[in-house]
Parts: sequence; C-alpha cells; structure tokens
Amino acid sequence: MRDAAHGRRPLRVVLAEDGVLLRDGLTALLERFGHRVVAAVGDAPALLDAVRAHDPDVVVTDVRMPPGFTDEGLHAAVRLRGERPGLPVLVLSQYVQRAYAAELLDSGDGTGVGYLLKDRVGQVAEFVDALDEVAAGGTVVDPEVVRQLLRRRRDPLERLTPREREVLALVAEGRSNGAVARALVVSEAAVGKHIGSILTKLDLPPAQDVHRRVLAVLAYLRE
Amino acid sequence: MRPRTVWQALARPDYLLSSWPWRAVGHLLTGVVLGVVVLAGLVGLVAAGGLLAVVLVGLPLLGLTAFAGLPVAAVERWRLGWLGEGPGPAGTDAARLTAHADPPAPGLRSWLGIRLREAATWRELGHALLTGFLLWPVEALVVTVALVCPGALVATPLLLATAGEGRELKVLKAVTVTGQAQACALAALGLVALAAGLYGVGVAAGARAGLTRLLVLPRAGEAEARVRELARSRVRLVEAFEAERRRIERDLHDGAQQRLVALSMALGLARLDAPPDGPLAAQLARAHAQADAALAELRELIHGIHPQVLADYGLAAAVADAADRSPVPVATEVDLPERLPAAVEAAAYFVVREALANVARHSGARRARVRGAHRHGRLVLEVEDDGRGGADPATGSGLTGLGDRVSVLDGRLAVTSPPGGPTLLRVEIPCATQPTADDPCA
Repeated sequence: MRDAAHGRRPLRVVLAEDGVLLRDGLTALLERFGHRVVAAVGDAPALLDAVRAHDPDVVVTDVRMPPGFTDEGLHAAVRLRGERPGLPVLVLSQYVQRAYAAELLDSGDGTGVGYLLKDRVGQVAEFVDALDEVAAGGTVVDPEVVRQLLRRRRDPLERLTPREREVLALVAEGRSNGAVARALVVSEAAVGKHIGSILTKLDLPPAQDVHRRVLAVLAYLRE
Repeated sequence: MRPRTVWQALARPDYLLSSWPWRAVGHLLTGVVLGVVVLAGLVGLVAAGGLLAVVLVGLPLLGLTAFAGLPVAAVERWRLGWLGEGPGPAGTDAARLTAHADPPAPGLRSWLGIRLREAATWRELGHALLTGFLLWPVEALVVTVALVCPGALVATPLLLATAGEGRELKVLKAVTVTGQAQACALAALGLVALAAGLYGVGVAAGARAGLTRLLVLPRAGEAEARVRELARSRVRLVEAFEAERRRIERDLHDGAQQRLVALSMALGLARLDAPPDGPLAAQLARAHAQADAALAELRELIHGIHPQVLADYGLAAAVADAADRSPVPVATEVDLPERLPAAVEAAAYFVVREALANVARHSGARRARVRGAHRHGRLVLEVEDDGRGGADPATGSGLTGLGDRVSVLDGRLAVTSPPGGPTLLRVEIPCATQPTADDPCA
C-alpha cells in the first residue's frame, strides 16, 4: 500500500454517483488520499452544472444515473469533454461494455480518460492511482475490457505474438513502460522493443510518440 | 377409427352395442333435469323480481334474467363434451372456449357493458328460454316413447306372470293380453321397438346437441376474435415478463450491488489502516477477496437477467458483447443502424446468447459467426459455427423456449445441423425500425 501523502498532487474532484452510500464512501476515500471533492452530485444535469461552476481537475462519474437510469453519466462525460477539451474524466461502470469504452475514448483525443468497473474502487490504492493517471492525461481501461478484447483475436491483433498482446494489455491498463517491465519481469528495454513491434504491426506511424500508445489501445476498441 | 360424435356412431353397424345409445339417453335425461331447473329458476326469478319491483329491489333481479343464459350455456358446453360435440377436446382450455370476449378492464361495469353488447349473451338467453319452456317436455316425450314403451312390451311375459297372475294383463293401457304366447310376441315386438327407439334417441340427442351448438358455441367470426385476443394476451404476457426482468435487474443494481461495492471499499480502506503483516491484515484481505468475488458473481447474474448494453445501445452492441464473452471466437456482422422494438431486441438477443452457449458447450467448433440485418420489414439473424453438427433443437436445449418467445412475435426460429456440421441457426422476426431515442442530456 502506498502512503496517501506521498507524491500525490491534491486534485479538485467533481463526483457524480446516484447511490448515497457510494457517494459518501467515494468522497471519504478520495479525501483519505488528500484529494478534495468540490462537488458530489446525484444526477447528470447536476454534474454538468457542477463542472461549469467548479472547473475541477478531474471528474469521476457513474455511467447509470437518474433520470433515465441508462447511460446518462457517460453521455454527460462525453459532452463535458466536448465543451472542455482535455478535461480528465474517469467513468465508473457496473459492467464492462466495449461500447461505453469506445464512446468515451472517441471523445477528445483519447487522452485523460478512464473507464473502470465500479468494483475496482474496492482496490483503493489502485483506484486512486488510476485517478492520478487520468488526471495527468493518461488513458486507463479496465483490465476486464482488455481481457474481453484479447479473447476476440480479430485482425490486426492476430498479427501480435502472445507476449506482445500481454504487453499491450498492460499498456491499455494505463501502465508505464517501467511498470510493464516490472509486471512481466523483463527489462524496460525489452518492453520498449515489444511496444515498437506492436506499433508497427498495428500500422501506427512513428510520429507523436505519446499518443501512439493511446492509438494502440483504441485499435482494440474499434471494429 | 372410433366415432367422435353421435352422428358418426349412428352410421356404424355396431351402434347398438357401443356406449353411444346410453350417452344419448343420458344427454336427453340430463336435458330434462336441466330444463326443469331452468324453468323453476326463471319463473322464480321473474316472480321474485315482479313482487319486489314495488320496493325497487326487484328491478335488478329482473335485469339479472338477461344474463340467465350464461350459466345455462356453461352447463351446456360441458354436456356437449359428453356427445363429442364440445368446442374442443375434454379437459383442455379449448373445451371451455366461449363466444364471449374478456372484459377490457376489471370491475362489474366493464363486464356488464361488454356482455350486454354481445350477440352471444342474447343467443344464450334464447337458448335458456327454449330449454326451460319447450325442449325438456319434448325430450321427456322422446325418452318415454323410445324407451319406456318398448320396455313395457319387453316386460310383458314377466308382468303377466306376476301382476296379471297368468290370466290377463292390459299392456300400455291399450292392448289386452290373455296368454304367454301373446305376451312373448309382444316382447319380441318390444325388442325391435327398443332397437328402433335407441336409434331415435341417438337422432334426437344429436339434433338437440346441434341446436345447442348453434346457440352457445362461438361462431366463426367470434372464434377468430377470440384467437386474436389470445394472441394479444400472449404478447402482453411476454412484455410483462420482460418488464419484470428489468425491474429485478434494477432492484439488484440499486440495492445489493451498491452495498457490496461500498462494503468492498470500506474493507479496502480498513486494510490501509491495519498494521501490515499482522493477523488482522490477513483476515481483512480474505474478507476483501470474498466481497470482491461476491461482487463479480452478482455482476454476472445481473448481466444474465437483462444486459444494460441492450437497453442502452441496442441489439448490435449487445450481440458484440455476447460475442466478447464467448470462449469460442465469434465474428459479428450485425448491421442495424436503427433501434428495434424492445421485445424484438430482447428475444433476438437471448436467442443469440443461447445459440453461442450451445456452440461453446456442444459443437466443438473453432469459430462461429453471427450475422444480422433488417430487411424488407424483418429482422434476420444467423448464427453459424464450424462444429460437428447433429444438434437437435427438440432435445432439451433452451432453444425450444426461445422458439416460443420468437413465435409470440410472429417470428420463426430454424436450426439446420446435419451430422458433421456446419450448424446454422436462423431467426426471423417481422418488425419496424424505430428512430434512436433522444439523448436525455442533450
């Protein structure tokens, strides 16, 4: 467990979650790690208003909220990213739905977004890490989404070796090269070589190095 | 082939030896009893109503006579069944098929309104009046002439020996018999008359049943209206079933799932505060793992009841999601730019899911493919695999129930699976496309 006080930039968070129990729990959790919840709301229109009023560093929202209890939170998040390019948004979903993740990652340039299963908030340290990653402009996709996508083995993913798929799965979860190297117990140079090979096989041009990682993830999420 | 109605039985040489003459006799005798009861009931109702009319209480009683035909008709439908003339096979729903429609709403007012407007109500009242005032004396007469008189003739030798003390007897108050030779001749005549009488009874019962059918069974147009109503109620049943699934899904999502997430979060925070490497940390870690496992199971359960992606994104996304979850790689080509009615989407989705589950379980396939499109007013979906084939949709698979569900929507489900494969499942449902629902946030 990483200490709450170490190396974290305190973030101003707008939280949208319709369950009171969870809203209070998440507020307590975020504040335990030194962040400040500037507004905690229970539906999508209130989320739009809160973001306009508070201009937060990052938004955390549930997919399903009143009034329709379908995907209002997701649509509000996409809309906010249209209004404020670069606004980091972390979306929590009760289920893994590729369609949700794809819609979210298509908003803006695919950076500063996260899509996680709601269950993950139980892994508090990992959850807060993911929030930091998103707030810093990273892309975080739930491991479950990645697992489902890898199972499909569609082109062009068929061209990847099993090891390269493993690497891509970890990159899609928002890990840095160093973290991938630690997870697979290989050198960072080896990871860099794998990533280079992945990017080539996925026909991603060698410009804009940072965004290519994101594009590689997006390659999974599109047909 | 066994005769199914009294008319078929009458045409056969073994009519007299079968049970049909006695069924006919039973029909006429119960008809007499019914007629007497109806007569007494109608007279009593009208008399009581007339007497009480002065204090106004009688007026509703008089009004009630308008519906007197309904219970009589119900008894008649049951009696018709005995003669094989009922609306359907005994013991089935069809045997209770009436000419009446179901009231559109609960309550007495709605029931009265629909019954008073129906021709069947008045036909059945006419039938009750015929039964009570005209038919039962005729039936009694037929039974007397056809059975009692020949019976008396047959019994002549016996009666002569006992009541007539062997010397003289007046038979049927008409013929005087003075010796056993005459008596035996009369008995022989009686047997012939009895046989003829039983045929007569059969004809009378058949005619009576025919008249009853005409008055109390649904007519062609009414039967079609009933079938349409039954089809509509089946659709309503499926819709109610679907709404109930959604409600259960929502309740689990808003209740148990939220609490479990909160519990997992509380355990996660507690683990941060517990001294590392102590016994408490280990126990908390176990409890946390249990809570997460329960959450994962609940998530799968809720997804199985009614997937949220189907409601939010429609059939194409839900099929892609089902394909994602399949252990056998599935390629999907579902081209549906517009949403379909919810009942159609749900039926089609559950068919695809069941088909993919069968592919994974039984087919031994390495690949499967789902194709779908909306063409010429029909949704057409195909699930194909490269497995060993030989699948029989009739044996135990969940597809039978899904076939019923598709047929409620006037659709068709067909499976071709020759031994050696490939297996192709095709579902077609007629439906109109619907414009995509507006974004509530926009």
